[in-house]
Amino acid sequence: MSESVERINERLASDYEAGFVTEVENDSLPPGLDEDTVRAISARKKEPEWLLEWRLKAFAKWKTLTEPEWAHVNYQKIDFQALSYYSAPKGQGDGPKSLDEVDPEILRTYEKLGIPLHEQKRLAGVVAVDVVFDSVSIHTTFKDTLAEAGVIFCPISEAVQSHPELVKQYLGTVVPISDNFYACLNSAVFSDGSFVFIPKGVTCPMELSTYFRINAMNTGQFERTLIIAEEGASVSYLEGCTAPMRDENQLHAAVVELVALDDAKIKYSTVQNWYMGDEQGRGGVYNFVTKRGVCKGRNSHISWTQVETGSAITWKYPSVVLRGDNSVGEFYSVALTRGRQQADTGTKMIHMGKNTKSTIISKGISAANSENCYRGLVRMAPTAEGARNFTQCDSLLIGDTCGAHTFPYIESRNNSAVIEHEASTSKVSDDQLFLCQQRGLDPEKAVSMIVNGFCKEVFRELPMEFAVEAGKLLEISLEGSVG
Amino acid sequence: MLSIENLQASVEDKAILKGLNLSVGAGEVHAIMGPNGAGKSTLSNVMGGRPGYEATGGSVTLGGVDLLELEPEERAYAGLFLAFQYPVELPGVSNMEFLKTAVEANCEHRGIEAPNTAAFLKAAREACAQVNLSPDFLKRGVNEGFSGGERKRNEILQMIMLQPKLCVLDETDSGLDIDALQVVADGVNSLRGADRSFVVITHYQRLLDYIVPDFVHVLSDGKIIKSGGSELALELEKNGYGWIEQEVA
Ligand SMILES: Nc1ncnc2c1ncn2[C@@H]1O[C@H](COP(=O)(O)OP(=O)(O)O)[C@@H](O)[C@H]1O
Ligand SMILES: [Mg+2]
Repeated sequence: MSESVERINERLASDYEAGFVTEVENDSLPPGLDEDTVRAISARKKEPEWLLEWRLKAFAKWKTLTEPEWAHVNYQKIDFQALSYYSAPKGQGDGPKSLDEVDPEILRTYEKLGIPLHEQKRLAGVVAVDVVFDSVSIHTTFKDTLAEAGVIFCPISEAVQSHPELVKQYLGTVVPISDNFYACLNSAVFSDGSFVFIPKGVTCPMELSTYFRINAMNTGQFERTLIIAEEGASVSYLEGCTAPMRDENQLHAAVVELVALDDAKIKYSTVQNWYMGDEQGRGGVYNFVTKRGVCKGRNSHISWTQVETGSAITWKYPSVVLRGDNSVGEFYSVALTRGRQQADTGTKMIHMGKNTKSTIISKGISAANSENCYRGLVRMAPTAEGARNFTQCDSLLIGDTCGAHTFPYIESRNNSAVIEHEASTSKVSDDQLFLCQQRGLDPEKAVSMIVNGFCKEVFRELPMEFAVEAGKLLEISLEGSVG
Repeated sequence: MLSIENLQASVEDKAILKGLNLSVGAGEVHAIMGPNGAGKSTLSNVMGGRPGYEATGGSVTLGGVDLLELEPEERAYAGLFLAFQYPVELPGVSNMEFLKTAVEANCEHRGIEAPNTAAFLKAAREACAQVNLSPDFLKRGVNEGFSGGERKRNEILQMIMLQPKLCVLDETDSGLDIDALQVVADGVNSLRGADRSFVVITHYQRLLDYIVPDFVHVLSDGKIIKSGGSELALELEKNGYGWIEQEVA
């Protein structure tokens, strides 16, 4: 290993800026999981009977499932009875408030995190924000402006009350209850997340975003997000995530469902910066997530862009089911692992419609003692006449104690389908570092510049201001802890 | 300006530089010539602090600053610039961003005000014109897909932008056609001045027709074995290195 990389190594301080804890009193369910837990969550949210039934069905199913072990990750099995499945700051449990009613401690939390809750304070590039704190949504901005355009953007728990017919129509249609162990658990105990509905022909007038924060100890966060774009509608949505530094592991088991009808377009971007744990691998968030979109209509378009820098373990495959003819699925991913992080992430592109097209660009960066794994499936169904996929999968290694793995799975049952796959593995070379240093860049700056260059094709896909954020986030992540 | 005294250096525990002395005054251009494997590139790498090139004895000072004690980037701040024999690619890192970051870092550490964006852009475009690169190259990745000649010109572009005190050019002429050579030489000549010095490493005399040196040194087996004026280069061109090596032995 070069001297420069060693120098970076030496600065293994963990400067996770989002790592503070907010002191609030919580209304939490005691640890443990049984049917009563499910009923208690549903009751806290004053849910209709059909949804309770749905949860109970999921819970019954979940009890018959076992935890998946195929991912390239190692961890102590989770004791599901030791977790709490609901935690809300006291007084915030009844759903979103006007800002005057929100606990000032929580407002300060978001201020510290740089999340804008005051609508008028936002200047250029207007973004509507829904903020989810542990198990509940605290506040949603710009709701009225959006409502004028016919857009519904609210916590899913609120949508259950205000638009039950829509929730009922779409919930679980993309990720069925029994899809997998964590999705099934989520279906039983999901807490909060966002609901987005863009009616026919409407282009959402601003970016939508949800900011997830896990604060409480020993609590699982079971985000559930549902986004529907009707015929010809389009929307760009971004989620961000952080959690305090805690010695215990926290569980984030989310389910995100996207539905795009004819000619609709959904762009979903994630900047995931959950706490990754310390140098010994203690603590950190287990990020076990099921994200899937269905291009239901013709010419529909779903695009996933993710920048994954946090979490102790990431297990996540945002996927697209290309049902409608001529529909398009995209997956752009940057996954950075350092310290003792483990990431097993990728995508599935399921081609069913004619002339469907998918693009997969995955950039994995591994540093220190981390393990970074791309796992992707491209499936061409017999009906996928003229379908095409292009996959490019690049890994970049920093130092020589980390690992990068690529597991591409290809299943083609249509002879007219074309699948292209390119892969590369490279190292940040000593020559590159020396060139940068000779020109006056310190090694941290040099590495972050090289890594940013490596990720350019993905950053280009992010909404402008988030691309800047993502670049900065990579830089911060690398500064403290590459090696 | 530059003073190298009894410099010894090894690569992978093999002694390459064996007591090298060189003194370069402000505003002077020195050429270092010598057979392949003599240690010319090693000299440049040791001066720059490239990992793996270890100085085992002697000293290198630039403007009174002991370079050997410094990290590579600190040597840059002290005014050292190396033009590489084989400039590497930085895929996806735009030339513009790279230059700007480098200029800002150097300004900051040298205690001078960095140019604002407009001034920087203007300077960068002018420098491009000077080395005959289209401004489009500023948008491309550093050396990404550049031809050999374009890479060398890009090195000179960086040199112009970073305003070093001492420029060390390692075989900048290799692989260049006459036109490119002229461009590179013009770039260097435009930077010549009372407070900037050059060490031009080359295997062939050819470059020295364009960049006329004040002094020429012959490096062989890790030492300077002969020094003279620019006429020495012509003599070397005609008679090769053998006669000097014999003369010394
Ligand atoms: N990175 C390296 N690893 C091993 N040996 C090297 C390395 N760099 C240079 N050398 C050796 O050092 C000696 C001098 O090389 P170099 O400085 O490149 O000579 P020149 O530039 O004069 O042709 C040669 O014997 C060469 O093989
Ligand atoms: Mg050489």
